[in-house]
Amino acid sequence: MQLILEAIREAGSRLLSPDSDLLSATWRTLQVSGTATFISLLLGVPSGVALALYRFPGRIFIVALINTGMGLPPVVVGLFVMLLLWRSGPFGALELLYTPSAMVIAQTLIALPVVAGLSLAALQSLPARLRLQLQALGASTLQTAWLLSREARLPLLAALMAGFGAVISEVGASLMVGGNLRGSTRVLTTAVVLEASKGNFASGIALGLVLLVLAYAINDVLTRLQQRGRERKS
Amino acid sequence: MRMKLLSLFRPTQGRACQILSRPGAFLLTGAFFLAAAILPGRSLAADTSRPVVFAVGTSTYDTELLDLLLPDFEAETGTLVKVVAIGSGQALAMAERGEADLVLSHAPEAEKAFMARGLGSGRWRMMTNDFVVVGPSSDPARVQHAQSAREVFQRIERSEALFISRGDESGTHMLEKRLWRLTEHPPPPAARYIETGQGQGMTLRIASEKGAYALADRATFLIQVQVIDLEVLYEGDPILRNVYHLIISSPENGPRVNEEGARQLARYLLSPRVLGVLEEFGRTRFGRPLFVPDAEPFNMDAH
Repeated sequence: MQLILEAIREAGSRLLSPDSDLLSATWRTLQVSGTATFISLLLGVPSGVALALYRFPGRIFIVALINTGMGLPPVVVGLFVMLLLWRSGPFGALELLYTPSAMVIAQTLIALPVVAGLSLAALQSLPARLRLQLQALGASTLQTAWLLSREARLPLLAALMAGFGAVISEVGASLMVGGNLRGSTRVLTTAVVLEASKGNFASGIALGLVLLVLAYAINDVLTRLQQRGRERKS
Repeated sequence: MRMKLLSLFRPTQGRACQILSRPGAFLLTGAFFLAAAILPGRSLAADTSRPVVFAVGTSTYDTELLDLLLPDFEAETGTLVKVVAIGSGQALAMAERGEADLVLSHAPEAEKAFMARGLGSGRWRMMTNDFVVVGPSSDPARVQHAQSAREVFQRIERSEALFISRGDESGTHMLEKRLWRLTEHPPPPAARYIETGQGQGMTLRIASEKGAYALADRATFLIQVQVIDLEVLYEGDPILRNVYHLIISSPENGPRVNEEGARQLARYLLSPRVLGVLEEFGRTRFGRPLFVPDAEPFNMDAH
């Protein structure tokens, strides 16, 4: 108990005077997870929408694949990306292993199925007659997709939050493909692992608190957008 | 009808959904993150030499010694060092595949085999400290009275006590296996022998929670001593000497081995300046230095 109290006190003082290590890990977390979420939105939302609106052979297979991917273990993604990025691997010439870019690739693969799967669900929860009505009004294929996505924007925001939540809290893949390099690929979660292994529990708690506050702040903004949108709608 | 459709496109439906009703702003934010993630890597790669991948045992990594030594090297040479913390066995395996350029290892037998197979283009002793056998202060296996490290392990094997092993082919794990072989008995049965597969710090904490024995390098024990309830129960046998070597991966191990960078880094780590830092490293925090500098002069031709 003594140890816990001391650790919390020390964590507090570390947060009040953040050093460059703490700041750089925080910034890197935002940067890597932000980029990964953004890319997975660019790819995931359109694929989710397409899967919701169109029927084609192999569609069920892809949907099942995405649903499986929503629970993809980050370490498996990390291992897979590491094998591809090794110097002797197929993309070895790019020398991307142990860089933030490698982490973005791994985190995008983690977030993509989450975003695509939830976008699909969001579109499918709209009343089917809405689509018929839009088409009757003369909307083209793209216009229909766009208008339906707009209609489903609140659940789509939830997809964004879930994707971001999946990657900002992830540690296995970041550790494997990033290597936890100080000042370069060290993000908050990997820094917590390192501090804990060194027995610096106070630093671990401080980093954990920053991570929680960060995740809360971002989800708070998104939730406000979502809930205010809901009020307007009703 | 067409008007009605168009009005749906208008981004004036309320500030609430700005982020979605203004795709432009959203895209810009994303592009900013994207650029921030990619650009630093690009600019570094463009005007400096290729980074060196430096595989280091977790026990050395946790001491933060490299955090102290590497920034100067990076600033002076412009060569980025990517430190990967893994067990010595895995570090040598990485070098063998051409994934690591330089290795700091403390597994002399595995290193000699590595060199004998022509996988390294140079190996130099850098520093030493020692291994200790730690356990609960009650010392149920009475290892404090042992005359040798071999006897320590015999006593643990014969007692009812738990032993916590790294189980990860690290230098410490390799020495532990060698000590069990010396006892001429198999290690304790699975119920009393736990493999963690984790770094030395985590292994010590598990040993502490379970009141078990473990083998540890002195540096990691000193780092963890405040958060664990274990004591040094045996030390001093010559077999427990812990020697760290630097090994440069041979360029033949893979197409992209950075031998030049590895050589630069090895020369720096064996320089009198670094050895001077080593002599003092840890003295203020632990009352004694964590490592004893004992470097062979860097000479590429001699190897």
